[in-house]
Amino acid sequence: MADHVVRRVVRVGNPLGLHIRPAYLIARLAGDYESAIEIVKDGQGVNGKSVLEILMLAATQHTQLTIVARGQDAAQAVEALAPVIEQEAPPEPQVPLADENRSS
Amino acid sequence: MKFSSFILADAIRADLQAVDKRGVVEELVGAIVAAGGVKADDQVSIVQAVMKREELGSTGIGRGVAVPHSKHPSVDRLIGTVGISRNGVDFNSLDGEKVQVFFLLVSPPDRPGDHLRALENISRQLRDDTFCRFLKQSKGVEDIKLLLDEADGVQS
Repeated sequence: MADHVVRRVVRVGNPLGLHIRPAYLIARLAGDYESAIEIVKDGQGVNGKSVLEILMLAATQHTQLTIVARGQDAAQAVEALAPVIEQEAPPEPQVPLADENRSS
Repeated sequence: MKFSSFILADAIRADLQAVDKRGVVEELVGAIVAAGGVKADDQVSIVQAVMKREELGSTGIGRGVAVPHSKHPSVDRLIGTVGISRNGVDFNSLDGEKVQVFFLLVSPPDRPGDHLRALENISRQLRDDTFCRFLKQSKGVEDIKLLLDEADGVQS
């Protein structure tokens, strides 16, 4: 069966650009998909599952990127990743319930 | 953004002794204090800020590298240091690997562009297998300085 290729053009929404936190969220989400994920900026493509490679793009806010997914779940991967790249702020993380230094 | 514009040479550590995440952060911030990059009075709050940032998500970016960092009002420009751990430290990296190469960055609250440019330089250089490997195998601070200078394109 031929690999499914899906492309989507997006714009970086985060005012601080794709620094470690958004790069981490993108890479972690991309890792959930079986498809190969590439993120392309000005003809330079990087592995979307690698935080380090995403950082290399130094993608500031409003930068245009193309997500290229190759694989059976390519469409789902692109649907999931596009809003994460375009969001202005990452969602607040869950605060841990227990502080091990406090006595209950 | 060249390494020489933000790495404090006197804060480089070639043989980190710490065996856990907090220990590494304390050792690296301590090195910046010892090099005069920040005041000793600010050490505790900087360590706390860096650890708080780690709670949001590990700064272990893969390939045995981590970039613990924080904004802090005590600095008016981005400063940082490099530390190498020979045995590696568990840093909850996304790729599950231990971290041997640490770049700790402290930036002023209002200059996000500098931070992004420093990350770009760090990640681009580390993509080079040779650079990565030589850093991990460096025998001392002078080795590390040479590698960073070379990466900056400085003729020796």
